[in-house]
Amino acid sequence: MGKSDSDSDQKDTSLRRRDFMKLAGLGGVVLVSGLGVRSYAADDYGAPRIGAMGKKATETAQEFYFVQLSDTHWGFEGPAVNPDAQGTLEKAVAAVNGLEDQPDFVVFTGDLTHTTDDDKEREERMKRFQDIASRLKVKTVRYLAGEHDASLDEGAAFQKFFGKLHYTFDHKGVHFIVLDNVSDPSAIVGDAQLVWLKADLKKLRHDAPIVVLTHRPLFDLAPDWDWATRDGSKVVDALMPYANVTVFYGHIHQENHHMTGHIAHHSAKGLMFALPAPMSVAKKAPIPWDAAAPYKGLGFRDIEADVKKAEYEITELPVVKA
Amino acid sequence: MNMNRKRLLQLLGATAVVTLIFGVRVRSGAAAAEQVIHLTAKKFEYSPSEITVKKGQPVVIEIVSLDRKHGFTIPDLKVRSDVKPGGKNIVRFTPDKTGTFNFHCDLFCGSGHEGMAGTLVVVE
Repeated sequence: MGKSDSDSDQKDTSLRRRDFMKLAGLGGVVLVSGLGVRSYAADDYGAPRIGAMGKKATETAQEFYFVQLSDTHWGFEGPAVNPDAQGTLEKAVAAVNGLEDQPDFVVFTGDLTHTTDDDKEREERMKRFQDIASRLKVKTVRYLAGEHDASLDEGAAFQKFFGKLHYTFDHKGVHFIVLDNVSDPSAIVGDAQLVWLKADLKKLRHDAPIVVLTHRPLFDLAPDWDWATRDGSKVVDALMPYANVTVFYGHIHQENHHMTGHIAHHSAKGLMFALPAPMSVAKKAPIPWDAAAPYKGLGFRDIEADVKKAEYEITELPVVKA
Repeated sequence: MNMNRKRLLQLLGATAVVTLIFGVRVRSGAAAAEQVIHLTAKKFEYSPSEITVKKGQPVVIEIVSLDRKHGFTIPDLKVRSDVKPGGKNIVRFTPDKTGTFNFHCDLFCGSGHEGMAGTLVVVE
């Protein structure tokens, strides 16, 4: 298992203050201490987000925020882990629409659908997912593939519905790089994409704010559980010369915060079922539904970018209000 | 003639003598004994799913896929191979530590992929 030096469930005092600030931002929503990471879910969707500059996100051009949703697994059936499998995504979309300040854009970081061997059924699931996602008030929505979407057909259906598997976009001074580590079932980025990545990075200043969006962790979080990208270290190596890089990803259905050198990696909760902490149990399996706390372990996040400082403040939000 | 053949077999012990230890076939020889394991892979299981081998002895795992392309990896021992259908996929390594190590399929193969796993037990 790879070392997760700021995993919520691990105690590690090795984080330097610079890393602390990188993970924490200045707004204190994600708090990192020598004893681990604690994040606080916002209890009121209407609360204005106060950013690093003490202003609402929309008040300055130097700040904006976007929403990350992940691992919606549309098509999954398993009442023991989510008796509301067909309603959770709709509730999440309603929750995003209920945010007082609407984000600049929304990103889904993969596993939009649950896998199926049936090509027609895969497309049906993607169509249904797309129908629900189209109810978002925010019209700029970025999609990433997960292995459930793309590994069995090398991304053919995904591209038909959602476009390219890897791409870049720029938003208010931040360069976003979407990496595909799933359409090859071997869980690799692959040499061709690495060449493409390096060519893209070559155009950037070394202090440019860069956000990498991907599905699987780019580091060896838990290779025994398939929580890794086989050639992820090559991606990290390519990113290392750049001073301001942050990675947001999905796949593991829970928060995890990790540093590889100066690069922070933040995984998101899922929206279908939660999974146990890395290597915390003998066999990885979805966490059973808690009737006393419905939707526990599920959620999405808003990410406020302070472009000037290349810092990101993460606020975890529940599927439904408490 | 029979006696000569017997002697020849003794001399060629490296490949000819096969014994069964821990449910694993062992090809013993003058240089090093090989522990040969036959494994099948199919959606979404390996059979057998638990293997016991001896530390310090070379291991040969012969894996046959019964349906599609799978993977086989033991991350803690830095062992991995694709498992292609249509023949034997050979994995060779020598375990240098005792313990229980997980192996799993690392080529996404469908809805039960996450559960396609087993354990390798290495004993003294």
